[in-house]
Amino acid sequence: MTPSKFQKTLTYVLLIAFSALWLFPVLWIFLSSFKNNTELYQFPPTFLPQQFTLEHFVNAFEKGNFGKYFLNSAIVAITSTILLLLINSMAGYALAKYKFKGGTFILLAFISTLMIPLEVIMIPIFKVLSFLGLYNTLLALIIPPAATPTGVFMLRQYLLTIPNELLEAARIDGAGEWKIYWRIILPLCQPILAALAIFSFMWRWDDFLWPLIAISDPSKYTVQLALSNFIGEFNVDWGSLLAMSVITMIPVLIVFLIFQKHLVNSMATSGMK
Amino acid sequence: MASQPNLITKKKRKLQIAPYLFVLPNLLIFTVFIVVPTLLGVIYSFHNYDGLNPMKFSGFDNYAYIFTDDKFWSTLGKTLTYAIIVVPLIYACSLGVAILLVQQVIMKGFFRAIFYWPTMISFIIVGLTWRWIFGELGIINAVMVAFDYEQITFLANPFFAKVAVIIAAVWSRLGFFMVLFVAGLLAIPKDFYEAAHLDGASKVKAFFHITLPLLKPTTLLVVMLSMIEAFKAYPLMFALTGGGPNKATTYIVQYIYETGFAKQELGLASAMSVVLFIIITIFTVLQFKLTKGGEN
Repeated sequence: MTPSKFQKTLTYVLLIAFSALWLFPVLWIFLSSFKNNTELYQFPPTFLPQQFTLEHFVNAFEKGNFGKYFLNSAIVAITSTILLLLINSMAGYALAKYKFKGGTFILLAFISTLMIPLEVIMIPIFKVLSFLGLYNTLLALIIPPAATPTGVFMLRQYLLTIPNELLEAARIDGAGEWKIYWRIILPLCQPILAALAIFSFMWRWDDFLWPLIAISDPSKYTVQLALSNFIGEFNVDWGSLLAMSVITMIPVLIVFLIFQKHLVNSMATSGMK
Repeated sequence: MASQPNLITKKKRKLQIAPYLFVLPNLLIFTVFIVVPTLLGVIYSFHNYDGLNPMKFSGFDNYAYIFTDDKFWSTLGKTLTYAIIVVPLIYACSLGVAILLVQQVIMKGFFRAIFYWPTMISFIIVGLTWRWIFGELGIINAVMVAFDYEQITFLANPFFAKVAVIIAAVWSRLGFFMVLFVAGLLAIPKDFYEAAHLDGASKVKAFFHITLPLLKPTTLLVVMLSMIEAFKAYPLMFALTGGGPNKATTYIVQYIYETGFAKQELGLASAMSVVLFIIITIFTVLQFKLTKGGEN
């Protein structure tokens, strides 16, 4: 069954047209961020920057305090990801490899909360954060989101495929339970942990609603909160906004470029975000 | 050898405690930040509570109020309309692109990356991006003017603002669902198509009689996930339209957020959350039942 020439041409035409549509918005933001203000507000707009300038980027960091927000986001995304990998893999290991009372119940409880969107419990979450004294701290952005049901479930499913004999052999050799987890389970989980690390980084970096609930002090803003705050202002400073958007996309772009294949493959097999 | 039984019981005891210790940190955080707030939310929904003064039990008052609250139903209606438009659009576009990408094309990885990339960008930036494009001085207006049409302030027009939100949502979510469809399409055995071809079935026929039925599990997943997402939509609208113009793009989550945090009506907002959760659950169960769990 060889596809006809017409069909092949049509496939390419559609693909190129579609992908141009998908590429254009980001490209447009990127190019616009290098235009000076006169050019930025000129109509009709130019496509390429006529006078390439970095002033918006400089402004974002000098006047917009963007370096601080960037650092906050980096701290949150990195530490929360490490915590997530640790506690999710521990839980996933317990739920996959031990038979214990309440295990099934805990698993079902985890999975069923996938159905409860954060949006639905945002008000009481705010009260819990206040009660624990976590409101307005970066810890509020690091600890609570680290116990994701998705991560536990992905790891559990992955660990089910690892033969029990391996663990039994280690036990006979006298290895303790923690040692088995640390020395055998974690190294074996590397591929799934890598995929989860990317997701987690992206979730935390892109998060808006959770920081919006948990943070009100501007010095603790993440990049997304800083951006949203800029939008809220009456006179939108598009130059800084575009520059900040471009900077904010860079870490995700780097993660994406490095792990692209890995990510798309793991997505395709696990079917989760 | 005499100590052997003792050793075994000791080991067994360790084995019994170990799983609880492993699951504990996750379970603790999960309980404090998901289970407790969920229960609290239900409790709040039966109280008159502003977050500062003590709660006052009010029975079903909040729920009764919701029934008479026109704004609640109109934002819910808008959310539903949005979901009804955006879910099939995402479904059709992501399936379409996935079909193109399972053909033998060069630079497959490159194309996949282009479609997947917007999925990685936060809704805030997606919103900003399209706000810049649809703006008065944006590229779409430039094209309109080039073709002798008048400039339109798209985001100040309720209809166009809604269209803008839908375009941005499809743009940002297509890549994610495309990947799911690619996986689903690749799982269909090639022999099926060859047999259909030998029987003289056209490609269109093969699509409707082989591809679509066999894609049922993926379809269920895509429709369910995109529907739940549509019901929860807020950050994108926040950045793109701010919920305007004239509340045209204010959907249910934004309304709950404003009721709870801006108006300090925590009890009422919690009751709205409970209603929203029930609605999402009903739709999910309905979808699941209608497709018989997505089984073939």
